[in-house]
Amino acid sequence: MEDRYDINELLKEKGTFTGIDKSKRKKNKVRSLKYVIDALDIKDGMTISFHHHFRNGDLLADMVLELLDKKGTKNITIFPSSLTTAHDHFGQYIQSGLISRICTSGIRDRLGEDISSGMLDTPVIIRSHGGRARAIESGEEKIDVAFIAVAHSDVNGNANGFEGVSPCGSLGYSMVDMKHADKVVVVSDLITEEITIPFSVPSYNVDYVVKVEKIGIKEKIMSGATRLTTNPKELLIAKRTADIIEALEIIKENFTFQTGTGGSSLAVTRFMRDKMIEKKIVADFALGGITGHIVRLHEEGLVRKLLDVQCFDLDAVFSLKNNIRHFEIDASFYANPENPGCVVNKLDVVVLSALEIDRNFDVNVMTGSDGILRGASGGHCDTAAGSKICIVTSPLVRGRIATVKDKVLNIVTPGSTVDILVTDHGTAVNPLRKDIMALLKEKKIPIVSIDTLVEMAEKIVKKPNPIVYGDKVVGVIEYRDGSIIDLVKQVI
Amino acid sequence: MEKLRRTMLYVPGNNPAMIKDIYIYQPDSIMFDLEDSISLAEKDSARFLVSEALTNVDYLGIETVVRVNGLDTEFGLADLECIVKAQPDVIRLPKTETSEDISEMEAIIARIELENNIPVGKTKMFAAIESAKGVLNAYSIATSSKRLVGIALGAEDYVTNLRTNRSPEGIELLFARGQILNAARAANISAIDTIYSDIENEEGFRREVEHIKQLGFDGKSIINPRQIDIVHEIYAPKPKEIEYALQVIAAIQQAEKENSGVISLNGKMIDKPIVERAERVLQLAGINDMEQSDGR
Repeated sequence: MEDRYDINELLKEKGTFTGIDKSKRKKNKVRSLKYVIDALDIKDGMTISFHHHFRNGDLLADMVLELLDKKGTKNITIFPSSLTTAHDHFGQYIQSGLISRICTSGIRDRLGEDISSGMLDTPVIIRSHGGRARAIESGEEKIDVAFIAVAHSDVNGNANGFEGVSPCGSLGYSMVDMKHADKVVVVSDLITEEITIPFSVPSYNVDYVVKVEKIGIKEKIMSGATRLTTNPKELLIAKRTADIIEALEIIKENFTFQTGTGGSSLAVTRFMRDKMIEKKIVADFALGGITGHIVRLHEEGLVRKLLDVQCFDLDAVFSLKNNIRHFEIDASFYANPENPGCVVNKLDVVVLSALEIDRNFDVNVMTGSDGILRGASGGHCDTAAGSKICIVTSPLVRGRIATVKDKVLNIVTPGSTVDILVTDHGTAVNPLRKDIMALLKEKKIPIVSIDTLVEMAEKIVKKPNPIVYGDKVVGVIEYRDGSIIDLVKQVI
Repeated sequence: MEKLRRTMLYVPGNNPAMIKDIYIYQPDSIMFDLEDSISLAEKDSARFLVSEALTNVDYLGIETVVRVNGLDTEFGLADLECIVKAQPDVIRLPKTETSEDISEMEAIIARIELENNIPVGKTKMFAAIESAKGVLNAYSIATSSKRLVGIALGAEDYVTNLRTNRSPEGIELLFARGQILNAARAANISAIDTIYSDIENEEGFRREVEHIKQLGFDGKSIINPRQIDIVHEIYAPKPKEIEYALQVIAAIQQAEKENSGVISLNGKMIDKPIVERAERVLQLAGINDMEQSDGR
């Protein structure tokens, strides 16, 4: 038998110990933003990523882009988890040639109008939160440099989002980027010698740490209405939704749910709370963007665990820091469709909103009634597909615009994954869900057909003039599995 | 049987967003306001908007009431000329003080009905009593017209007139409430209580609704859809009351079948007041499918 181990070869290969000079060990990873950008040599064709946990209070994306623009960098892809009003002026970086491609979940306001008018030659790629995680993990999208804004980092990059002067809470979206990006830069306004514990970003994933004067505006992470609504219409919809959830016998020990932000959703949570107390039921977990209202349910002992991919207000941030079962999860764990254990698949019920919904129950959360990009894909199609029951709530009309209509302008979530539509004028059940229909009828919950709702809406606001589209495709909406579910056309 | 009027929901006549689908909240009556909630500059637009809404929107059979301006204002007559044609179920007259106020308005309504081929008498009336004089004349007001389906207390003006203000307990309203209620009952029409304006104070509102229900009022004028469920909940009979009412009705039917003159239930005689109360309980519980009359 041949000798497998040649010790001489091994010594040659591995080298022999020659001693160690501790003084030569690198002290830390802290550098200036300018140094990092020069050192990383970000150039044509590269992709840089950001997260949107600071929402409207994000300052980092602009800091980075401004430096790159000054350097004369061109043709980069920006790959934020979403874009908010904080990025309203990014059209200037498109015009300067810095940004040539955008992949995001949301795009709105002035930037949405810029893109919809055709400012960017390459269509924006719209992905859901789960779809983004899938694209990164599968290698479909390669991140060259991930910039991660954090609330507190130590000098080596162990970081979290919930300590310090500018907290944003969960870093769920970035936790995918940090594992797969070529280089990871952690940026904060609080950097300490002392180790950060607990950390959401471990230092072994981090290449550089940058200190800036202010990393984000914490007050602006508030998303939509975080106060309980007093709007009677929203309350009406919420009450109906809660009654339906009760009628479908979802509220039982260890049930699981996700309710979003916005007036109706928050109120649904409140009505569900009453029913849980009445029935002495405790939920196993609440998922998603977490709000202070959900936190209170947790602290009252009505929800055992909070699985948090994103904090929607400062109460949630505070809870993430203090409540041990308020647990930070990454976007892949949340919703990556190629991860069979993704937690949206364990949802008993999700309550979602809609900009538009049509006869097929297809939902648009991306473009306004004028066809212009002004929304976000978010976790909408992920949770709709994963949950046992997906309820969409929406007023029948908003102002003079029908929400329930013949055909949505753009599809984000396919109707085959949407089970129930609750409006202020009536509730419709997807004909695919005969089981739900039967149960609600048995419980004497009034149901109308979706066609009836479409007709009611048309009767109130009539048919609008068609939108004048150009030929150019300005956006590609991917379904969570990466297939293309719709195209967004230029609006003239 | 008298129509249910637990909730009469105000909606300002100049608010198209609310007017277009206010029926979704399912109050017992919708009251479009052309009077106090409408500024002078908006009087015309509110009048036309309400008229168009009544003509074009399907209010799903919910009673429609329009509160017009008094005939002592420059808007009152114009309101009637425009609104009666649009055929709301009821015209509500504010600040009613005498039976003549009703007769005067009734004559104009009748003329407009005649001119527009609307059966004379179709438009019902409702009177709001908002002064000491009106309260003292409550019975003559309540019996002044066949069109009159109810009277209501308007407490804001009334307490000013009394030189007091509203208290949480409502002691200052005891006389007016009692007087208006008795007048309505004597005339066999509805009695509706005044608004409760502190929308955020749910507890105070509940207490007041419980109070006026106990006094005997049919319901309350309300200013926000959020108040509807609370009133309906308080007016809803308890399961035991419903069960008993059903037994009473069953006993009557049984007695009718057997041509028996004396009706008894569990050894107790059932007389007319018991039957009436049972019918009222079933109506409030939404169990009775008996046809409701045309407003009275």
